[in-house]
Amino acid sequence: MENMLQILPQVLVDGLTLGFMYAVVALGYTMVYGILEFINFSHGEIFMVGAFIGTEVLLIMDALGGLQGLNPFIALLMALVISMIITGMLGVGIERVAYRPLRNSPRLVPLISAIGVSFLLQDVVRFAEALHRDAFYLTGPILFPGKLDIGIAQIPTKALIVIVTAIVLMIVLSFFINKTKWGIAMRAVAQDQSTASLMTINVDKVIMLTFLIGSSLGGATGVLFAQNYGTIDPYIGFILGMKAFTAAVLGGIGNVRGAMVGGVLLGVIESLSGAYLGPLTNGAFGGEYKDVIAFSILILVLLFKPEGLFGEAVKEKV
Amino acid sequence: MALLELSNIHTYYGGIHALKGLTIKVEAGEVVTLIGSNGAGKSTTLKSICGQVKAKEGKVHFNGADITGKKPHDIAALGIAHVPEGRRIFSKLTVRENLEMGAFSVSDKRLVEEGIERAFHYFPRLKERISQKGGTMSGGEQQMLAIARGLMMKPKILMLDEPSMGLAPILVEQIFEIVKELNENGMTILLVEQNANQALSVAHRGYVIQTGQIILQDEAATLLQDPQVREAYLA
Ligand SMILES: Nc1ncnc2c1ncn2[C@@H]1O[C@H](COP(=O)(O)OP(=O)(O)OP(=O)(O)O)[C@@H](O)[C@H]1O
Ligand SMILES: [Mg+2]
Repeated sequence: MENMLQILPQVLVDGLTLGFMYAVVALGYTMVYGILEFINFSHGEIFMVGAFIGTEVLLIMDALGGLQGLNPFIALLMALVISMIITGMLGVGIERVAYRPLRNSPRLVPLISAIGVSFLLQDVVRFAEALHRDAFYLTGPILFPGKLDIGIAQIPTKALIVIVTAIVLMIVLSFFINKTKWGIAMRAVAQDQSTASLMTINVDKVIMLTFLIGSSLGGATGVLFAQNYGTIDPYIGFILGMKAFTAAVLGGIGNVRGAMVGGVLLGVIESLSGAYLGPLTNGAFGGEYKDVIAFSILILVLLFKPEGLFGEAVKEKV
Repeated sequence: MALLELSNIHTYYGGIHALKGLTIKVEAGEVVTLIGSNGAGKSTTLKSICGQVKAKEGKVHFNGADITGKKPHDIAALGIAHVPEGRRIFSKLTVRENLEMGAFSVSDKRLVEEGIERAFHYFPRLKERISQKGGTMSGGEQQMLAIARGLMMKPKILMLDEPSMGLAPILVEQIFEIVKELNENGMTILLVEQNANQALSVAHRGYVIQTGQIILQDEAATLLQDPQVREAYLA
């Protein structure tokens, strides 16, 4: 018991680190769903591409001798910005080529297209890395190797970096959506596209913007993920994407605040069950059952509140 | 050439032939009303103008330019404000945000604020409601917001689709008063109504539409006296 309490701060930090990553990726799912009622299954792969781009940027800088003596914050910022620009454009391109032509098709069709895009991105990254590095997994330089001693626990600096960066991204996004003209237009389009177009709002442009923002957030999270876990491979997007999507549903798909809370909640629950399931059940269920717990909670929430924690009950439109 | 001209418009919904060779025009400075019963094709006429549905045949001219087949947001940007049937306000946006969206094409922030002040002049009620979510307002307030939102772009023409629908008589009266006042201040208005009596009282001219065709057109005062109109729409 005492031992369990001792590891609690560490478990919470792990959960929050994971949870904030889920949250930022969940935003990409929820924003696109809010406007198109479409689950962009390739979003997890955008995250993965972001992880590779960020890591490659750091590796290349390192190889050129640019990382020595460089402030790690600046190095991280560069990796983030480059990764966000490229993944943002990638998301816009995918929407243009693979989703927009199918917008008036039955729901299942763009979904299949998205799954196709996922496989394509995995294979392209795998192929490029195999060609270029002779291996498809990649380990990048860790910019923040230290630990921060806060008395009751030692927090890895990189975890703190993940959490703080994620919070900054979420604040910037909230400001954009709530206070700027294009952000309000995004909410207007999510509610009623045809009426929004009567106000001279170009709906296609707003959709592009949504993919640009959602994808660049996904890409940024990829960079954070690589920094936190060290080694990445082309398949990291699948599980993380699934979890982030789950977080979006838990919070109420289409709802920005819901995605943030859902992500953090899911990460913490997962971490707590991973650490305590074994000891609490005397080893009957080990930490490997953490996903079962997380998903059981999701199902329970949805049974009692099908619209998710922050979602609105679906009303018939008059 | 008139400000707005529809010539021989045919519009279909799949196999349904909703507009069958519609020709109407609106001169700058006029209030023109389009009256007809349920399903006659009034809303389809407005949608064919603003591009929400595409006419299969015929032309729409606005301000001298052919706008047939253009995208709704491009048509709106030419100065056509369409206040749609059922108000369609953004229910999760505040009153202020709704108004700001109406002014999406206006890039000068100062002009947007002026527009909001102008909206308050016509609809003082909106001022008290400025931070309220659109969806929490009463039907009458929502209609006022919908019209105010349409005015935010400073349009050359305001198209209103059944603004009196579902409102208490006192509010209906108010809405028509505002239509009149707007026109006195120079606004050109195309008013779709089932409330023929009121609509013809504020309009200069009127068209009567039935199953996708114009069956009558005249000065509003003349239509008010027309036995056919009286029997079918003023009973
Ligand atoms: N989206 C649609 N799909 C199929 N048919 C439609 C659609 N919209 C309208 N129609 C049909 O087109 C015809 C004209 O409809 P429209 O909405 O223009 O009538 P309206 O005069 O505005 O009627 P109301 O007074 O009830 O609003 C009707 O027969 C209607 O059923
Ligand atoms: Mg109608």
